[in-house]
Amino acid sequence: MAGSDPAIREAPAPDSVKILIAGGFGVGKTTMVGSVSEIAPLRTEEPLTSAGLGVDDLDGIPEKHATTVALDFGRITLGRELVLYLFGTPGQQRFWFMWNDLAIGALGAVVLIDVRRPESSFAAIDFFERRDIPFVVGVNGFHGRHPYTPEEIRDSLALPAGTPVLLCDARDRASCRDVLIGLVDELIAGSAHGGGTGRPGRAG
Amino acid sequence: MRPFTLTGGRTRPSRADFTLITSVTAVDPQPERAARPQPEHARILRLCAKPVVVAELAAQLDLPVSVVCILLCDLLEAGRITARAPRPISRTSDMDLLQKVRDGLGRL
Ligand SMILES: Nc1nc2c(ncn2[C@@H]2O[C@H](COP(=O)(O)OP(=O)(O)OP(=O)(O)O)[C@@H](O)[C@H]2O)c(=O)[nH]1
Ligand SMILES: [Mg+2]
Repeated sequence: MAGSDPAIREAPAPDSVKILIAGGFGVGKTTMVGSVSEIAPLRTEEPLTSAGLGVDDLDGIPEKHATTVALDFGRITLGRELVLYLFGTPGQQRFWFMWNDLAIGALGAVVLIDVRRPESSFAAIDFFERRDIPFVVGVNGFHGRHPYTPEEIRDSLALPAGTPVLLCDARDRASCRDVLIGLVDELIAGSAHGGGTGRPGRAG
Repeated sequence: MRPFTLTGGRTRPSRADFTLITSVTAVDPQPERAARPQPEHARILRLCAKPVVVAELAAQLDLPVSVVCILLCDLLEAGRITARAPRPISRTSDMDLLQKVRDGLGRL
């Protein structure tokens, strides 16, 4: 822990918090981070090569030309004392070893799914469910189309009852902000119900 | 420049407690009698004249986070920077923090 080292001080007040943007390969994570970040998304990308990737991964994703091999990084200043950092997790399976590190200290996660192939985000949902990390599901409608209701998606993903499912457009800033708000509202509701304060939970 | 030349052949940070959102700031003024910093160290010192988090530093330097952490360890040991860890998150008792995040997002 950092606490034992006098040179690495604990912050006296909350100043940096982190939310993960997770999900399968090519579902729009980098796009979402870029849409809400106040800085151009910082990231390392590498041209997609057939050497490192099963060719079938690309079927049905004509927009896909590059894949993220490190992490996306975005910043949202929420006030003088508080900055929210967004980290897009790498989508390709061979980089999933990074998720554990990224998850440490995160408030929670948005699991983004591509409405045309939701199964590509199953593993991400499992990851957060198993670790008991709070998450909401953001349904990226690609081309703005949302053929399914949130309830239909919740059923087809076999999500625990009450897991928020939010329809969104990863290219749209307000839409992405609303997904983040959905996550924080869920965290607040969970915090109120989770106890620790002795106060009864309140709805809303 | 190859990462290992920057870090003197070391492959692992000696301070694993630099997280992605640990904020670092150059000490001002810099310690007296300190040796002239190496070029990469000097770049970091310029970039963190104001507080900046590790992930952002890595992105700006275009270096892997692990390499940046090693360079930051050097600077920390030399007394050239201070580092501030994020407050640990506790799921049940941080209503105040969550509400601040919520309010901030609502104003966007
Ligand atoms: N039409 C449309 N294209 C999108 C949308 N979201 C993302 N894209 C495109 O789809 C491709 C993949 O999006 P990315 O944001 O790179 O996806 P990713 O999840 O970061 O991908 P990996 O990091 O490689 O897993 C990019 O070319 C985007 O421009 C969308 O809502 N509509
Ligand atoms: Mg990406």
